[in-house]
This record gives sequence, C-alpha cells and structure tokens, in this order.
Amino acid sequence: MTARMDRKFEALKAEGRPALVTYFMGGDPDYDTSLEIMKALPAAGADVIELGAPFSDPMADGPAIQLAGQRALKAGHSLGKTIQMVRDFRKQDDTTPIVLMGYYNPIYIYGVEKFLDEALEAGLDGLIIVDLPAEMDDELCIPARKRDINFIRLTTPTTDAKRLPKVLDNSSGFVYYVSMTGITGSALPDTTKIADAVARIKASTDLPVCVGFGVKTAEHARLIGASADGVVVGTAIVNQVATSLDNNGHATADTVQSVVTFVSGLATGIRAARLVAAE
Amino acid sequence: MNDTPKPNSFRSGPDEDGRFGIFGGRFVAETLMPLILDLQEEWDKAKNDPEFQKQLADLGTHYVGRPSPLYFAERLTEHLGGAKIYFKREELNHTGSHKINNCIGQILLAKRMGKTRIIAETGAGQHGVASATVAARFGLPCIVYMGATDVERQAPNVFRMKLLGAEVKAVTAGSGTLKDAMNEALRDWVTNVDDTYYLIGTAAGPHPYPEMVRDLQAVIGREAREQILEAEGRLPDLVIAAVGGGSNAIGIFHPFLDDESVKIVGVEAGGHGLDGNEHCASITAGSPGVLHGNRTYLLQDGDGQILEGHSISAGLDYPGIGPEHSYLNDIGRVEYVPIMDDEALEAFQLLTRLEGIIPALEPSHAIAEVIKRAPKMGKDQIIVMNLSGRGDKDIFTVGKILGMGL
Repeated sequence: MTARMDRKFEALKAEGRPALVTYFMGGDPDYDTSLEIMKALPAAGADVIELGAPFSDPMADGPAIQLAGQRALKAGHSLGKTIQMVRDFRKQDDTTPIVLMGYYNPIYIYGVEKFLDEALEAGLDGLIIVDLPAEMDDELCIPARKRDINFIRLTTPTTDAKRLPKVLDNSSGFVYYVSMTGITGSALPDTTKIADAVARIKASTDLPVCVGFGVKTAEHARLIGASADGVVVGTAIVNQVATSLDNNGHATADTVQSVVTFVSGLATGIRAARLVAAE
Repeated sequence: MNDTPKPNSFRSGPDEDGRFGIFGGRFVAETLMPLILDLQEEWDKAKNDPEFQKQLADLGTHYVGRPSPLYFAERLTEHLGGAKIYFKREELNHTGSHKINNCIGQILLAKRMGKTRIIAETGAGQHGVASATVAARFGLPCIVYMGATDVERQAPNVFRMKLLGAEVKAVTAGSGTLKDAMNEALRDWVTNVDDTYYLIGTAAGPHPYPEMVRDLQAVIGREAREQILEAEGRLPDLVIAAVGGGSNAIGIFHPFLDDESVKIVGVEAGGHGLDGNEHCASITAGSPGVLHGNRTYLLQDGDGQILEGHSISAGLDYPGIGPEHSYLNDIGRVEYVPIMDDEALEAFQLLTRLEGIIPALEPSHAIAEVIKRAPKMGKDQIIVMNLSGRGDKDIFTVGKILGMGL
C-alpha cells in the first residue's frame, strides 16, 4: 500500500538522510538465491527495494540488466513468480517498500486487473513500467492508483518544463529522475547538473525525488544523495550477482554475500550524504 | 476479436493518439516521448507542405525511378491457367526494393528537423542499404544496427552498406536478429537524443512511425491503382503482398482499402510450419501484445516474453507486425495467411524461370499465394501483387539450400 512508501520517506526525512533504493533482478540466477538477496537487502541498508521483472526485450536497459533478465528467464522465472517473491518477502518484512520495475507486455499478457489484485494482496507498493509514458496512463497507471499502488514515473533530461506537469500528474510514491539520456549502466554525468534538475523537479512536486542510472559507487551515492531524496543503484548490484556466478551461470556461496557487502558500502555512502550537504 | 465496429472508411486511422482500434499507440520510455511528439509535429507540417511534397516527388522520379511499372506476367498467368497476374515492380527501384520510398521521405524530414546523424535497423539489409544510400546522397553519417545472425546471412548487403559509407553494427544481444537490432537502435536513440534521427524501416514502432511510413509507401498503391485502371479499365479482384513488419503491404493495400470489390490478402512467413515456434506468422499464430512502441500481434509465450521466430527470409524474420495490419485483420478487411519456407522457395524458382525475374525471398511468399489462388479464379479476373524486392541478395541463401555451390 501507498502507506508503506510514504511512511518510509517520512521516517528518512526525520532521520535527515536520503533513501538507498536498490534494484536487483528477480529470479537471477534462480528463484531461491534471488529471494535470499531480497531478504538480505534491508539489513544491508536498503530503504526501498526495486524488484526487476525480467523481459526478453528490455529496450531501456544496458547489457548487464538484459543478461540478468535472460538468466532469470532461463531459470524459469515469470511474472507470477515475481509476485510470489513479494509474497515470500512479506512473511519477514512488512515495512520495506517494494517497487516492481519492468516492461508492460508481461503485465498486459498476465491481465492488468488480475496482476494488480494479486500484486496488492502480495504486498507490492509500487510500479515502474519503463514503456508506459503519461500518454498511456489508461493502460495501467489509473487502474493501479485505484488500488493505492504507486505509479512511479521516470523523468529524464528530455522532460522539459512544459512537459513536466504531465509527467508528474498521476505520479505517486516518488519521482524517479533518470540522470542521463541513455540506458541503465552508462557513465554518470556531472553531479551538479543532476542537483539542478532535482531542484527543478522538487519545485513542482511534494513527492520525494530519487535519482538513478549510472550510480555505481558509494561515492556516487554520497554525492547524489546530497541533493536528492533517494539514490537508485541497479546495474552495479546486478554486476555483483553476475561476477559471483560459476562458469555455468549458477549461484555460488559468494553470491548473496557479495551483494550484501556491496550494498552495505552504498549504505555508508548514503548516510554520509547530508554531511556533505551541510558542509 | 471482431466486435470492433466497422468504420465508414478503412483509411481514416490512426486517431490522434496513434491508435488503429486497440493497436498502435506510443509505448516508449519517457526519454523518447518528447522526441516522438516533436517528430509527429514536424511530420504533420511536412506532409502538408507543397515544397516538401515537390522535393519528394522530384527525388521519386529522378533518383528512385518512379513510377515503377505494373507488369502483366503473361507466362506465369498462362502457366497457372486462371486469373491475370500483374506485378507492381518495386524491385526495379533504386537499391532494389520498396524500402527507398520511405527512406527518401524520412531523410528529407531529418534534414528539415536539423538532425545530423542517422540511425537505422535492418533485417534483410534492404532497409539498411536504402538508409545508407539516402544518407550518402544527403551527406549524413549513418549507423545501421543489424543482428549478428543477419550480418552473416546477408553478407552482400552488409558490404553494400559499408561501400555507401555507413557503419554497420552487428548486434549479438538476444537472438541477434531484427528485433534485437531494433532494441539496439532504440538504445542508441535514447542516448543520442539531440542530433540523431531514427529512420525506422517498417510501418511499426511508436506513433507517428506506422502512419508516416505508410504514407510514404502508399505511393505504391496509388500508382498501381491508376496503372491497373489504365491497363484493364477496372480495379483488380485481388491485391496481394508479403508481410513482415508490413511496409510494402500497407503501401499497396492502403489506396485500395475502401474499394469494396477488391479482396486484399497479406502473406506472413510460415517458416517450417505453424505448429512450433519456427515461423513468423504474428497474426495467424500470435496474439496481441506490446513491443517496440506499439500494441500489435506478436509471437510470444504465455508470460509475455517475445519469441524469436524463424523465416527463410531475413526480411520477414520479425516477431511482430505493423499495428494497422493487426487492425485490418481484426475488422476483417484484410485476410492474412501463412506461406511456408519451401513454398516460397518453389515460387522463387518458378518466377525466375517463367518470367526472368529473380524475386527476393520476401515477395516470393506472396508469389506462392498467387500460385495457390490464381488457378481457382476466372480468366477474366485480375490479381495485382507487390513484387517488393529483387532477389540478388538471396542467391547465396537459396544456393545453400538447393545444394548449389556459388
């Protein structure tokens, strides 16, 4: 429910630090390992979980996330199993918001109403669907909002002042600012430009603004967290999974631990963010 | 499926949101939204600008070689013993296929918009060659994304593109075919938003591409309609074209859509047969879904993951189809049928021997359907088929299958 997301951002505001939003691919490299990763994220310092739903043709993603999706699909993952991960996770954690990130077609084929009902029941809080811009709100955004599931929209450097209100309209949960024109996993651009863009968006909305695409290190997280309400890290986490696998693409004893160690480092960066801002 | 009400005209789509019934639309990442809105605005201006139309017509005549002939295939007609068969000879265009019609229009638009870099995706390489050609003609750098599998099976076209100065980027992601090349082109576009024009080759993708490509290809049907009226004094009974993404087909179909007496048939790639996944018959064997910016019939599994498909013809090897075709199917105006690899191959050989025309493997599918239908029709009936491309690029593929060393 929306409440989980709002409560989380209120608590972080009181704490005076930005959120660490962690993306990983559901089902990569297999269901059990990825569920273990998901369960370990909050303790490692993740405030919001972005659960990647694999798609065969991820047009907005770089090679790392495309390969992660292929590994998950090869291991038999599906949208139904992605919902099941939320359900399993909620057995131990009822406070960490979960946002499903993916593409529209698997949801369209599953059935929009059926998907939303099951996702809500499982404990999903929000959706980021890359290929559903504001013009397509009737497809999923409006039905999701009727159930109090957040629809989190991407805003980008190409979203100009004229277009921003249209993008923010019907947005909820938080606003995801894409730091660059490009795909996930590209190089991070100038952080002062990002800070300017975040300030522009914040002038138009009360929603928290999180920044993603290109954030790879604790230092990046610290710099961006100085101005944003949250920092999204995805490809770098997915890479931790990828490099820990054996030659057959199977999980090893290191897989979960390498993600935990990496996310803990990011969490340290995030917690130092506002110290920079205060300087 | 068929509860969409029949419109007064079959030619009125898309609506302002780019929809043909439930199909089409604008399913793209936010980064691209401002770009496709801008493109739509510029296209609306250009298509109503007499100066743009004059440039287009002038290049059509002197560079492409329009109008293409409408040819009465006398020996094939005799051989089949039924309806009179006419070919719209798009394979005689500059660069050897209908693809150039679209590329000329879009490069003029890119110039108008001040874009300085052209990107394109290609399957068989015909659109890549046409894109590289117009980019050379207008002095713009051109990057062509092509699946690694296709780079290998369409080597002559890869060389042509390179000669024309284009950079061919082999895409190994996914299955290394046309859909992956399109993913990669979209990734390029989303990265290089300021200077880059994405020259889509088929009547698919986000609005306004399906409409724009159709409008640029509709010259085929307008000419064919005039030419058959001049040759026979009446409209044809049947219009046939092969459908991959469907640009040559929508180009010849569109001007005939409101002619009630004209039956229209689109031919999909049946590959090795529709039972398994070894085909590209999106309409006959797929279901509606969302990919590459539009809702349309797709080859997909029960989880909405896109399947790879198969066709002997790289140009038809795409798991989707233009959204207007999906619409025309659902309202029952156009009939879509599959033709198998071996049938297309036989048709390829028959036409070559009987008419001295080596067709591309794509229109060979349409020829195979003509071979099935013509004998069942009366000698006073008329078929017009779009012979969309020439087969020079396919001789290696065909040679390999027939066991003839080259």
